Amino acid sequence: MNKIWLIFKREYLTRVRNRTFILSTFLFPLVIVLFIAGTVFLGIKGKTNHRIAVIDANNYFKEYLKSDSSLAFVYGADIDTSNYEQKGCTAVLIVPELKEGHKAIIRLKYKKQLGVNDGSELESRVNNAITDHMIFQKTNITRNKLDSIRSESDLADVRSFEDNGKEAKASSQGLAYGIGYASGLLIYILTFVYGAAVMRGVMEEKTNRIAEVIVSSVKPFQLMFGKITGIGAVGLTQFLMWIILIIILVTGAQAFISHETLSEMQKIQEANNMGNPSAARVSEGAQRIFEIKSTLATANWGLIVFCFLFYFLGGYLFYSSLFASVGSVVNEDPQEAQSLMLPITMPIIFSFIIMSMAVQDPSGPLAVWGSMIPFSSPIVMMARIPYGVPTTVPWWQLALSMALLVAGFLFTTWMAGKIYRTGILMYGKKPSWKTMWKWAMK
Amino acid sequence: MGMLEVSHLKKYFTTQKAVDDISFNIEKGSIFGLLGPNGAGKTTLIRMITGIFYPDEGEIFFDGKKFDPINDVVNIGYMPEERGLYKKMKIGEQAVYLAQLKGLGKHEAIEKVKEWFIKFEMQSWWNKKIEDLSKGMGQKLQFVTTVLHDPKLIILDEPFSGLDPVNSNLIKDEIYKLAKKGATIIFSTHRMEQVEEICDHIILVNKGQKVLDGSVNGVKQQFKENLFSITLDGAPAKVSSEIFDVLGGEENNLVVKIRNGHKPNDVLQYFIQMNIGVLSFNEMLPSLNEIFIKVVEGTPLSRQFQTVTA
Repeated sequence: MNKIWLIFKREYLTRVRNRTFILSTFLFPLVIVLFIAGTVFLGIKGKTNHRIAVIDANNYFKEYLKSDSSLAFVYGADIDTSNYEQKGCTAVLIVPELKEGHKAIIRLKYKKQLGVNDGSELESRVNNAITDHMIFQKTNITRNKLDSIRSESDLADVRSFEDNGKEAKASSQGLAYGIGYASGLLIYILTFVYGAAVMRGVMEEKTNRIAEVIVSSVKPFQLMFGKITGIGAVGLTQFLMWIILIIILVTGAQAFISHETLSEMQKIQEANNMGNPSAARVSEGAQRIFEIKSTLATANWGLIVFCFLFYFLGGYLFYSSLFASVGSVVNEDPQEAQSLMLPITMPIIFSFIIMSMAVQDPSGPLAVWGSMIPFSSPIVMMARIPYGVPTTVPWWQLALSMALLVAGFLFTTWMAGKIYRTGILMYGKKPSWKTMWKWAMK
Repeated sequence: MGMLEVSHLKKYFTTQKAVDDISFNIEKGSIFGLLGPNGAGKTTLIRMITGIFYPDEGEIFFDGKKFDPINDVVNIGYMPEERGLYKKMKIGEQAVYLAQLKGLGKHEAIEKVKEWFIKFEMQSWWNKKIEDLSKGMGQKLQFVTTVLHDPKLIILDEPFSGLDPVNSNLIKDEIYKLAKKGATIIFSTHRMEQVEEICDHIILVNKGQKVLDGSVNGVKQQFKENLFSITLDGAPAKVSSEIFDVLGGEENNLVVKIRNGHKPNDVLQYFIQMNIGVLSFNEMLPSLNEIFIKVVEGTPLSRQFQTVTA
């Protein structure tokens, strides 16, 4: 026990003291923030505005097709299919005569694609225009009247509440999706990063020829276990530092919120409690911040963080001993490691695919099974938990999944330990799968 | 009872009988040579003695008691042939770490490391890394880490590889000192001249089995071929006798082999009768190198793979 502690300490300290650890701890969140900001920025900046020429002989659309800066419709007798590009249009919409009871084809001609989003936007505007046109034709409603009905009809907000039998708690599907996807992704990345670190550590000991020196003082299993737990602790330290960093950033950001905004937010809160959210007349900024705050408050952060830590550690322990056994059988050649790693990386990648589906349908059979089987549960379960425990994920499922994961990593550690203790002392030829299987079963 | 007693030790792998029924006994404070060609099973034998492998059969007694790997490794220092250290770790820290793994407390370990570093004039290395050291310096450090915790049994596999003569002697002297202080040393090598110089007792292992066991001198006696070298004060015209055969030599230096049933004195008598003065008369014992080659020769150079049914 004392020896495992010594190995643990060495593995932990040499890594934490390393400059790359400190750099990566602070750079990783920075890179992520920059990445998100970059995509958002490019999404806004890079959006092209389209002008669409409409050839509409019967003037069916002129009054009804909604135009704005991102998708503008232009009408003109001088525009036709041959010159729309010279006139600065991306595409041309050719409208035939539309008759009731007869399905006509409206053609959109272009040289460059509009893109999926703009394309479907265009389709819905065309359909709305036809509906509006018919409303005016068939009823006596005026255009102003219709517009005012539209703005007056904004009477209600749909809010979702999670019903766990005793109380209904405000929830947010969007937030659950975000947290689920992000934590699944994070566990996926960390399993790879720290699993590979374990493998490299074992390979280092083998190629440096220190393995036999150490194994004459401690049992191979102690060496492997000390290494795995030491590197796992490095991962936890890194995670903890990220949490601290986030808390500092959030409190820092809150300090910039002015007094007025705070009191305005108070007003919204009161208005909400009265059951009439529109009563409070406040600035848009306060409204925004209030929305973010109340959305964030819907998540059960304590449980999510606890489960994240549990599944991160469980998944790490499950896979890292397998990575260690791969490291123990390869020699200097990193290509050998590549081919041996494949059976380990495949289930991890596969879990990620299941996770991206589970996060959209957290109660479906794929999600439930994926979150039970220890191969995929660390990644998949994290996609379900933010949707609510015990509603989306009943307690028994969570308990069973955790128990199976613990049993799973005990099994893989036990099996990998056997391969490891033989592999670490073998030099020369890489053993075949059959031989490794024999070592594991011995 | 000796320091280490090995009886009927067996370890079979899937394709080889690596160690096949080996027994021997090592006296406390002796320097014991474990010899054998490549692949004879020496490393497997050593790994069982150091507790890395469990024997399939047979028993090991360590210091009079049944060998208990978990508690007895504290008393063993093992320097394997395939050896190395963490390249990126500081030398002082590394030595302390390895000593701690052997069971020393932190302060005790630091004291010991300092002591040895002073002895080997390595004080200035403390904060260096292994990758800064030459191969020979690394070997010296490796030796220090092996004996740091005052083990009762020290196992050295090719300890002088990569060392220059000066450092070889330094380590050789330390080996003698440690033996004198009561440590038992197992010394495994292919360099027979070193064995002859250092060891008291040897065993020779071939194909997993013990083929020779005895003191260095005893083994030599066992393999002697009654060869003598004679220096005469004048070159005899013709030497021929039924007592001995002349195998070589020139002029007044002869190498003779005494025939069975005759004694060295008979040879001397022959020359006295011939009235030729004998300036020197020495028995020529075979070197361990010759014995090694003689014993191992005739068996295939590399071990063949065999199917083991046991």
